[in-house]
Amino acid sequence: MFAKVIGRRLILSAFILLAVSLIVFGATLLLPGDAARAILGQQATPERIAALNEQLGLNQPAWQRYFSWLGGLFVGDFGTSTASGGPVSELLSQRVWASFILMAAAAVISVPVGIGLGVYSALHRGGRRDQALTGISLVLAAMPEFVIGIALIAIFATSVFQILPAVTLAPPGDPVWMRPEQLILPTLTLVLVVTPYIVRMMRATMIEVLDSGFVEMARLKGVPETRVIFRHAVPHALGPVAQVVAIQLAWLAGGVVVVEFLFRYPGLGQALIDAVTYRDVQVVQAISMLVAAVYVVVNLAADIVGILTNPKLRSAA
Amino acid sequence: MTTGKDKKWILKADAAADSSTSAAAASTAAASAAGTSSAGASAGVPSSNVKSTVSGSGAVTVHHDDANEPNEKIVLRVTDLRIETNAGNEILHGVNFALSRGEILGLVGESGSGKTTAGLACMGHFREGLKFASGSVSLWPRGDDTAVEVVELDEVAVRFLRGSRIAYIPQDPALSLNPAMRVGEQVREVLDIHKFGTSDAERAARVSEVLEDVGLPGDKAYQKRWPHQLSGGQQQRIGIAMAFAMYPDVLILDEPTTGLDVSTQAVVLDTIRQMTVANNVAGLYITHDLAVIKDISDRVAVMLRGDLVEEGPVKAVLENPQHDYTKMLMAAVPDLAGRKTIGDGVAPSETEEPVNAGITHILQSGDSDSGAASASGAGETGGRAAATGERNAGTTSAAVPLLQVTDVALAYGKAQILDGINMTLEPGDCTLLLGESGSGKTTLSRCVAGLNDDYSGAVKLRGQELARSTRKRTNEQRVGIQYVFQSPFSSLNPRRSIGQSLTVPLEMSGEGTAASRKAKVEEALDAVRLGRSFFHRRPGDLSGGERQRAAIARALVNEPSVLVCDEITSALDVSVQASIIALLRTLRAEHHLAMLFVTHNIALARHIADNLAVLNKGKIVDYGPTAEVLENPKHEYTRSLIADVPKF
Repeated sequence: MFAKVIGRRLILSAFILLAVSLIVFGATLLLPGDAARAILGQQATPERIAALNEQLGLNQPAWQRYFSWLGGLFVGDFGTSTASGGPVSELLSQRVWASFILMAAAAVISVPVGIGLGVYSALHRGGRRDQALTGISLVLAAMPEFVIGIALIAIFATSVFQILPAVTLAPPGDPVWMRPEQLILPTLTLVLVVTPYIVRMMRATMIEVLDSGFVEMARLKGVPETRVIFRHAVPHALGPVAQVVAIQLAWLAGGVVVVEFLFRYPGLGQALIDAVTYRDVQVVQAISMLVAAVYVVVNLAADIVGILTNPKLRSAA
Repeated sequence: MTTGKDKKWILKADAAADSSTSAAAASTAAASAAGTSSAGASAGVPSSNVKSTVSGSGAVTVHHDDANEPNEKIVLRVTDLRIETNAGNEILHGVNFALSRGEILGLVGESGSGKTTAGLACMGHFREGLKFASGSVSLWPRGDDTAVEVVELDEVAVRFLRGSRIAYIPQDPALSLNPAMRVGEQVREVLDIHKFGTSDAERAARVSEVLEDVGLPGDKAYQKRWPHQLSGGQQQRIGIAMAFAMYPDVLILDEPTTGLDVSTQAVVLDTIRQMTVANNVAGLYITHDLAVIKDISDRVAVMLRGDLVEEGPVKAVLENPQHDYTKMLMAAVPDLAGRKTIGDGVAPSETEEPVNAGITHILQSGDSDSGAASASGAGETGGRAAATGERNAGTTSAAVPLLQVTDVALAYGKAQILDGINMTLEPGDCTLLLGESGSGKTTLSRCVAGLNDDYSGAVKLRGQELARSTRKRTNEQRVGIQYVFQSPFSSLNPRRSIGQSLTVPLEMSGEGTAASRKAKVEEALDAVRLGRSFFHRRPGDLSGGERQRAAIARALVNEPSVLVCDEITSALDVSVQASIIALLRTLRAEHHLAMLFVTHNIALARHIADNLAVLNKGKIVDYGPTAEVLENPKHEYTRSLIADVPKF
């Protein structure tokens, strides 16, 4: 039953990615401008443009190009960057890692902290600590990520203290994790953006669960309070929260663009901005597909968490 | 000032309460005074040992015997217990009762009377927003001569008692079992927490043993099931097993059979009774159902708005009730034999309602001993006779029945929900559609109303076949069949005033002007005895009974010919149920309404219906005039239903 559900979701995910690939490819077709002219500049002769189009395969019909691109995706070949001339996969591999580290660090911090604060808030519902937490999380949730980022830079890097680097400075080729102090501010920005949603959702579902009959029953059985919370209450509250965490993680995949730009962080977001500037269609397509894949994977993970915390979904009545 | 005996008893009770405040002294004086007066008042009562005490709020408690005085059988004793909200409003006004080994005390009262609050206080548990004010709860655990003061214990000590010495069986097993824990594990948890026995093997053996004790298979495979894989009755038995696992001294049962069908209820009550006697446990059975009390408990205590008004052996209290409220409750319980007529009293929670007792009266049967009631009953009998005459005239002029259901069937995949249903309804007639949960009774009524359009077969109104979906029916047909939903708490929009909600059906049928609609709504509010003042009130301000009246009024504004009532009294207290039944009887007579009354409560049959249809697994197994079906049930299922009704 469980395997069947997961299997169905996986097949569905494949179809979703296929549909995304169509949309991404179609959208890049509709983009104004001519890749060959963008590369060669305004002074290029028509002969040279034609030659480059031939070289890039741009004079083939669109469906043919789509299928050769799609076929490439299956074997990990994202095509050739029109701007740099090198393979896209090579260009992006380091960027992907840099972004992944940023996302993972943000997720590893914000998910447990968010769940923990949500539970704490729910347990002190109506009290001063709960009100403070709810108020702060609302303010943070209302602020755009670049405002949080700029505020952090002002506080920790420039105006108030000068203890952390404001931008990421690394010679090309050096992995980002060589300079961990440069990771702190971007990670903190993402954590502050993502955590409030998790706190608020966890608080809401936890309050509901704490009012349920089986939590009262557990208390009346003489179950110690810590066990009531962690064995009886929290697992039930996690299911809905997993969905919010998934949406937040998926947002990280795309939303990281602004934060990366702000901190000059050499990740996927930076690469995407550069690629759009240089009309590097192959890179734009590759990054779009990667972001879509992250969305699909984290949502699948959330569904699995939901199924694991709810036996009704994994066993027949 | 008072008789020596009475005074001595009261002083003793106060000594037990161990409260030497001046308030207690004052209440003693008040009690003594009241004791005298009520002793005088009850002089003519045949039972010589009936006596009364007064609680702090001035309410009188009638005691039928001396069983509450300290004796060695008592396991738990509640003395002058007061509980208030965090804001300081008192919820329980000094409650006294005692639980004895091997006996069950039934605690009866309506919703909001504080019975669950009192029960949970015995475990030292107070729900969110409530706190302990004063009084005492003393527990004498097995093999210990000294009493434990439950409400004075710290958290660790009270947790040690819960589940081991005092166990709780909750109202709704579906909500009280952790859905993400296997059932065996949930029973085992109690043993682990309270460190039962010495070894794992011993605990595992106890889990199997207690499961078998409550009539469930004790094997590993069954223990590995999830709560949702069990039926309601099985879930409740897991709850009972959990409660008995540690051989407790006291059991608090909070309406454990309310959500169950009569046959399941009978089995669960049997299990409880048997386990209580076998384990020599003192039980507190909280319920609003007097029939169940008579079935299961040895003694009964009646609660009214936070006061204990009467207490004594079941037989004495139920056969010779002293307090007006107990008498009223007794009168409100529907009996299968239909000897009495329910609904002549008005629910105390609804006393503020402008209910006209002269209108909400009932048909009194011949053996009525109340002259006034007979007189008021006679008025309606006349009205009914007139209605009957009218009805006969109506039937002769038109040969087609008002509502005719032919071969209605419905299946979801392989599950056959309804299977060839045939029934008819004449103007002014009421048919009771009886069935347990899952029998398809609500589905059938929804098909009739067009709320469910997946059925095959035909529903005809005045000989005219209706479209399956209510959206495709004509305005006139839609107006003809109106529906009242089960829960008055969810069927009224909380953001709209009663008047707004009631105007909607009129707007939908597009008749009249705003002024004429308002007049019609006010008329309907009058008809359900709510009164026009309810026009601007919102559902949140209304009691359950008032809301259900408003919901009935909403069905009435368009003057339907058929009213479908889907379990409309099952969410209500027994006395409110009685007043709603009385209201429906009056409306039938006044408006010449045909009614399809859907319920799982067979005891209501004779009180409301002319015809009885018994639905089992989607089929009508018994159908005919009420008396005939009840006296000569044709089908095995009907016979077992009748046998399982707690006799009252």
